[in-house]
Amino acid sequence: MPLVVKLSLIFLVLFVLFALFGTYLTPYGYRQTALMHRLEAPGLFGSGSEYPLGTDARGRDLVARLAVGAQVTLLVAVAGTLIGAVIGSALGLIAAARRGYTEAAIMTGVDVQLSLPIIIVALFVLAMFDSSFMLLLFLIGLTGWEAYARLVRAATLSARNQGYVTAQRVLGASALRIYLRHILPNVFNVILVQFTVNMPLTILLETALSFLGLGVQPPMTSLGQIMSEGRDRLLNAWWLTLFPGMLIFLLALSISLVGDWLRDRLDPTLRGRRMT
Amino acid sequence: MARIVTLKILRAVITLLIAVSLVFFFIRLSGDPALALAPPDAPPAVVEEYRTRLGLDQPLLTQYLRYIGGMFQGDFGYSIHTGRSAQSLFFERLPATLLLGLTALAIALGLGVTLGLIAALRHNSIIDRFVMGFSVFAFAMPNFFFGLLVVLSGALFFGVFFGGSGATRSFGQLLAPAATLGLAAMGSFARFTRSSLLETLNKPFMTALAVRGVPPRRRLLRHAIPNAAIPVVTMLGLSLGGIVAGAVVTEQVFSWPGIGRLLIRSVETRDIAVLQFIVLMVALTMTVTNLLVDLVYVILDPRMRGGQNG
Repeated sequence: MPLVVKLSLIFLVLFVLFALFGTYLTPYGYRQTALMHRLEAPGLFGSGSEYPLGTDARGRDLVARLAVGAQVTLLVAVAGTLIGAVIGSALGLIAAARRGYTEAAIMTGVDVQLSLPIIIVALFVLAMFDSSFMLLLFLIGLTGWEAYARLVRAATLSARNQGYVTAQRVLGASALRIYLRHILPNVFNVILVQFTVNMPLTILLETALSFLGLGVQPPMTSLGQIMSEGRDRLLNAWWLTLFPGMLIFLLALSISLVGDWLRDRLDPTLRGRRMT
Repeated sequence: MARIVTLKILRAVITLLIAVSLVFFFIRLSGDPALALAPPDAPPAVVEEYRTRLGLDQPLLTQYLRYIGGMFQGDFGYSIHTGRSAQSLFFERLPATLLLGLTALAIALGLGVTLGLIAALRHNSIIDRFVMGFSVFAFAMPNFFFGLLVVLSGALFFGVFFGGSGATRSFGQLLAPAATLGLAAMGSFARFTRSSLLETLNKPFMTALAVRGVPPRRRLLRHAIPNAAIPVVTMLGLSLGGIVAGAVVTEQVFSWPGIGRLLIRSVETRDIAVLQFIVLMVALTMTVTNLLVDLVYVILDPRMRGGQNG
C-alpha cells in the first residue's frame, strides 16, 4: 500500500473519531457563546487564548463547532452518497434489465440531469420550498445518480451476456433472482469505485451550499456553514476559514486517494483513468 | 450520418422540453405562480389578470401549453425584487459571467492539456507524478476555499482587493477568480489527456507506424495526438457543467457581478421569475453544448459515422 494511501486512511480514521468524540475535547458547547471572548485567535499559535483553535464572532469555541460541523458534514456525505448510489444503481439495473421504453425513459432522465448541474437544481428547489434538513439531504444525495445509472447499466448489459447468466436462465432461475443474486454482485465493484468518486463531490456540494448560506441552517452547523460565518472576517479571523477549509479539503483528498487506490486494486485495466 | 445527427438533435430537444416542464411543475407545486410572476406591488387587479392570463382556473394541460407559448413570445415574468423583466436582468449580467467563464475554460484547457501531454510523454517521471498529484489536488479542493485563500493572500501580500464592477477590474482581478474557477477542470483535463495519450501510444497502430519507419515526431503529432484528442473533446461538455456550477460559488467569493450572484440573490429573495429564467438558460446552454460535443465526436471519430446508436 503506497504511503499516501496509508496517510489518507489514517486521516479518515482521525476525522471519524473527531466527528464522533470531538465534542469531548473541549469543555464548551458548540452553541455556547461568550461575549468577552469574541474572535480570540487560536491559543495553539501562542495568542495566549484559552481556546486552542480560537473563537468565532459570538465567542463560541471553534473546537466544539468544528467537531459538530464534522459530524454533520460526515453524516450528509455518507447518507447522501448512499442515496445517490442506491437510486442511480437501481435505475441503471432496471434500464438494462427491462430495455425498451423503460430504458429510454431512464436514459432521458440521465440526459436531463446532465443538462442541469446539481447545484443549480438544488438552489432552485431550495428557493421553492422551505429548507429542511431532510430536503437538503435528499437533494445533495442526488449528486451523481446519473453516473451510477450509466455505469451500472453498461456493466449490467455486458454481464447479461456472460455464460453464468445464460446458465442460470437455462436452469430456470427467475429474472429477479438472476439480477439481484448474480448480476448485482458482479457489477458491485463498479458501484464501489463510483462511490469513492462521488463522495468527495457530495461533500463539496454540501459545504458549498452551506457556505452560500443555503445549506445547513443555524443553529445547526457544518464545516461549510462555519466558513460562511468566517467569510466576512477573512482578514482578521483567518482561523474561521482556514481550519474548516483544511478539514474539507483533506477529507475530500483522502477519499479520492483511497478511491484511486481501490480502483487500481479492483480493476487493473482501469489504471490511471478517472470517470469524471 | 444524417440520421445520427437528426436523432441527436431530437434527443437534445426532448431533453430541453423535459427540463422546461420540470421547472413548470415545480413552480406550480410551490405556491401561487401569479403572485410570483406578476410585477411587484401590483394591484390585486393586475395579479388577477396574471391569474387569468396564466389560466390558473384552467386544466393543468392548458396552463402548460400557455406557459410554453408565453416563452416563445419572450414572456418570462418580472423580478419581484426590481420590477424588471427576468431576461433584462439576466442579459445585463451575462457579459461578466461570460468573461469569467471563458477565461477559466481557456486556462483549464490550455494548461490542463499541456500538463497532460507532458506527463504522458514523460511517463513515470517526476513531472508525471507532479501532474497526477496536481489533478487529485484540483479535484478535492473546494473552489470556495481555494478562492478565499487567493483573496487572503492577495490582500496580505499583493495589496489586491476584489470588489467593484467588472469593467474597472485589472487583469489580475480577472485572472485570480478565473484560475480559481478553472482549477477543477484543469485537473480533469490534465488527467484525461494523459491517460488518453498513454492509451493511444500503446495501441498496435503506433507500433506499426514505428516499424514502417515513420519518424517519432511525425508519429506523435500526426497520429498519436489527434487520436488521443477525441475523448478529450467529450470532457469539454462535462467540464462546462463544472464551470457553470463553480461560477455560482466563485462569483460569490470574489464579489464578481455576474449571473452566479444574481442566482444566489434570487434564491435568497425567492425571486421566482429570475430564478426560472436562469435555470432555463443553464439548461439551454448545457444541452446545446452537449449536442455540439456529440456532433464534433461524430465528425472526429469515423467509427461513429457507420450508423451505430450513440
